[in-house]
Amino acid sequence: MRLQRISAIALALGSCAPTMLLAQSADMEGMPGMSMQHAEHGVPADPHAVHHAVTEPARSDQAHDGMDHTGHDMSSIDTAALPPNDHVPPSPPQHVMPAMTAEQMHKLMQMNDASVTGMLLIDRLERSRSTSGDYATSWEAEGWLGNPIDRLWVKTEGERGSDGTEGRVAALWSHAWTSFWDAQLGARQDFGQGPNRQWAAFGVQGLAPYWFETQATFYAGEQGRTALRLEASYELLFTQRLVLEPKLELNFYDKDDPQRGVSSGLSDLETGLRLRYEFSRKFAPYVGVNWTRRYGDAQAPGAPMFHARETTWVAGVRWWL
Amino acid sequence: MSKQVPRGFQLPRRRFVQGLALGGVAAGLGLWRGNALAQIATPRAELRGNHFELEIGELPVDFTGRKRIATVVNGQLPAPLLRWRQGDTVTLRVRNRLRETSSIHWHGIVLPADMDGVPGLSFDGIPPGGEYVYRFTVNQAGTYWYHSHSRFQEQTGLYGPIVIEPRDGERHPAERDYVVLLNDWTDLDPETIYANLKKQGGYYNVGKRTVGDFLRDAGRDGLSGALAERRMWNQMRMDPTDLADVSSVAYTYLVNGQTPAANWTGLFDAGEKIRLRFINGSSMTFFDVRIPGLKMTVVAADGQAIEPVSVDEFRIGTAETYDVIVQPSADRAWTIFAQSMDRTGYARATLAPRIGMTADVPLIDPRPLLSMGDMMGAMDHGSMGHDMSGMDMMAMPGMAMSMHHEPAPSLKTGPEVDMRVATPRRNLDDPGVGLRDNGRRVLSYADLHAVDAPISPRIDRELTLRLTGNMERYLWSFDGKRASAAEPLHLHHGERVRVTLVNDTMMTHPIHLHGMWSELEAPDGSFQVRKHTVMVQPAQQLSYRVSADAPGRWAYHCHLLYHMEAGMFREVVVA
Repeated sequence: MRLQRISAIALALGSCAPTMLLAQSADMEGMPGMSMQHAEHGVPADPHAVHHAVTEPARSDQAHDGMDHTGHDMSSIDTAALPPNDHVPPSPPQHVMPAMTAEQMHKLMQMNDASVTGMLLIDRLERSRSTSGDYATSWEAEGWLGNPIDRLWVKTEGERGSDGTEGRVAALWSHAWTSFWDAQLGARQDFGQGPNRQWAAFGVQGLAPYWFETQATFYAGEQGRTALRLEASYELLFTQRLVLEPKLELNFYDKDDPQRGVSSGLSDLETGLRLRYEFSRKFAPYVGVNWTRRYGDAQAPGAPMFHARETTWVAGVRWWL
Repeated sequence: MSKQVPRGFQLPRRRFVQGLALGGVAAGLGLWRGNALAQIATPRAELRGNHFELEIGELPVDFTGRKRIATVVNGQLPAPLLRWRQGDTVTLRVRNRLRETSSIHWHGIVLPADMDGVPGLSFDGIPPGGEYVYRFTVNQAGTYWYHSHSRFQEQTGLYGPIVIEPRDGERHPAERDYVVLLNDWTDLDPETIYANLKKQGGYYNVGKRTVGDFLRDAGRDGLSGALAERRMWNQMRMDPTDLADVSSVAYTYLVNGQTPAANWTGLFDAGEKIRLRFINGSSMTFFDVRIPGLKMTVVAADGQAIEPVSVDEFRIGTAETYDVIVQPSADRAWTIFAQSMDRTGYARATLAPRIGMTADVPLIDPRPLLSMGDMMGAMDHGSMGHDMSGMDMMAMPGMAMSMHHEPAPSLKTGPEVDMRVATPRRNLDDPGVGLRDNGRRVLSYADLHAVDAPISPRIDRELTLRLTGNMERYLWSFDGKRASAAEPLHLHHGERVRVTLVNDTMMTHPIHLHGMWSELEAPDGSFQVRKHTVMVQPAQQLSYRVSADAPGRWAYHCHLLYHMEAGMFREVVVA
């Protein structure tokens, strides 16, 4: 009985202690609702009152006649009257691990939360047919390699049609910047039709509110050329496997570049709808439609013809590793 | 199956989800050609005494029609049941026959730090071909388990039950005593699962919202209602369907190493009291357990006796254990039904008077959605109604932390942290998503009351840790710092600490502190129950007392295996 009473007191004090500690270390003034009612109990309890007085494990047969205590409600007073526990602290280790760096420790643990990983995504590999009857094959792919914060990205996209291949490839250092956004810095090379162009690239890539996958990249090139590229896509699930992906891409340039069919201002706008079926998350064939609108009339004599407006039907596959 | 399972693969998936009737170790060994039903009646391998010889090795198994290599102990999956006696000093010689380092951690057992089995903290691990002799005195009683603490070996099968008989006999004697060990088996290489999650956090989520869901909601709540309900989630880029990182797309759920189709069966005679020792030995799965038609009286949580409480259903977090007593009065079979929290699958077993008898298997409940309270915390004060002053105080950044002169935790987000909860909910009486108001009496932490006094009657120091993560990047951490970037937490030997955890994520995390008990408190600070693993629900704040009486270096982590590997891990030094 005496033991129980001691533990009751110690417990009552123990449960007040945090309030006191808080009161001592925090500025109490203006703290709404801060309760001071326990202040008079704020005498430190004997730390050993309960714990080290215990030698025998608790037996409480008399306290537990039946088992049907549905919905019982125990107040803290009941808790304080509890018999002592039978906990025995462990003895100290006989062998102590030598001091080691976090890296060595994680190696022994076979744990690595900063490991280098990579991914390769072929977002589009498709055959298209325009309404004017032209066939083409086009691609868009990206890969990354790195730790969770810093990664090397490589992106490429392009098209191979009846009048040759054109496209671009970019290599970027990508740094996790905020919860949903990466900052990217690197270079882009345009190839194919007309002279090749090199650009320095700076941009952001990430997930905008409402789940829009978004990229915005600013480019600075030779001869003071600058450009801006905006891209956004969205995934609309019809089922867990049937996914419609609308996509929008805008390219702005500050100067005409007739040899590459580029005009200043909004040079081209491309929007597409692709309906894919995910046989697995990693492999999904799709069909879709693409609309392209090219602005301006900057076109060099002899350069391949381009269509101001073009609708193409596409079929392809998306897969990743 | 629930509506979320795409029609296209329902048939082939059926066998995958339910598994083979004659699967597991026996099928892998080709033993099933004999008396197939005998395996159901055979008691699981059980080792008792105070000297144990354990050998970690590999074994072909077949749970789904595909042969795989499992990590096993003494050729068994799960590993053998170890029966100890309170007060005994046990010696366990563990040999490693794998080609890689291994380890065994005795989960929830209070023992010296060098016996805890965590490579890098307790010892170097057990090298290939090597052995380690564990030796410690068992001063506690109850239901526990053991598992590998090396990379993903726990996921590939290295887990087993521990039952410690109380010195003075069971507090609630029963005629039958069965271990019900739940697990999530995968045919996939765990490294593949981890890599897939790293590339696409929602890889295994097959319950994402569809156009059809939107149309149905719009029909029910009006267009503006459906849009309003989605607005906050979409602005925050949070997914209310994100209930489990890994679903039955990858998992087949097992009871005692048996698939739902194989149907592990425990025998009883009508009127007998049966003690069921539930252990969640899975890597990533929360199970909601019930036995339709039977009331379960929960008598112990994490091995520790509690005031008996009678319920219809309970959620068991990864690494938790519950002892329940049931008393089937009729001469019929009863189904033990343990559905995964994300409602994509279930583990199943049967209690029956005779082998071969079965009962109906209930349908899986509809897949729930996370609520706004799971994201915002105490915005809805539905079940709180008390202690609001305390909540306001605790939610004030810097308040608790000022105690030990550490910088106040900012509520900023960043690459490691995709959300924060400014006003966490503190009530313990919420059974969690999918169990709220389901018409059944569901256990919550508010129902757990220890039968004995806490180890820590006083509190010397307060320590607040926030559970943080970024689902899109699949990064998990304490206080926004992954294990590789974090300093150890230092506790003074002998001090009593109140640890307050605030969950700034949308997932439930079972947090496990090695070496010392976590003595859970009610929102008013009174002692509730002694646990080794504490589930913290989304946007919840809870506190427990830790008596730092175990000198040494200890692990402290989320017991979701891939969360731990992704950084939700800290070293705790008691010195």
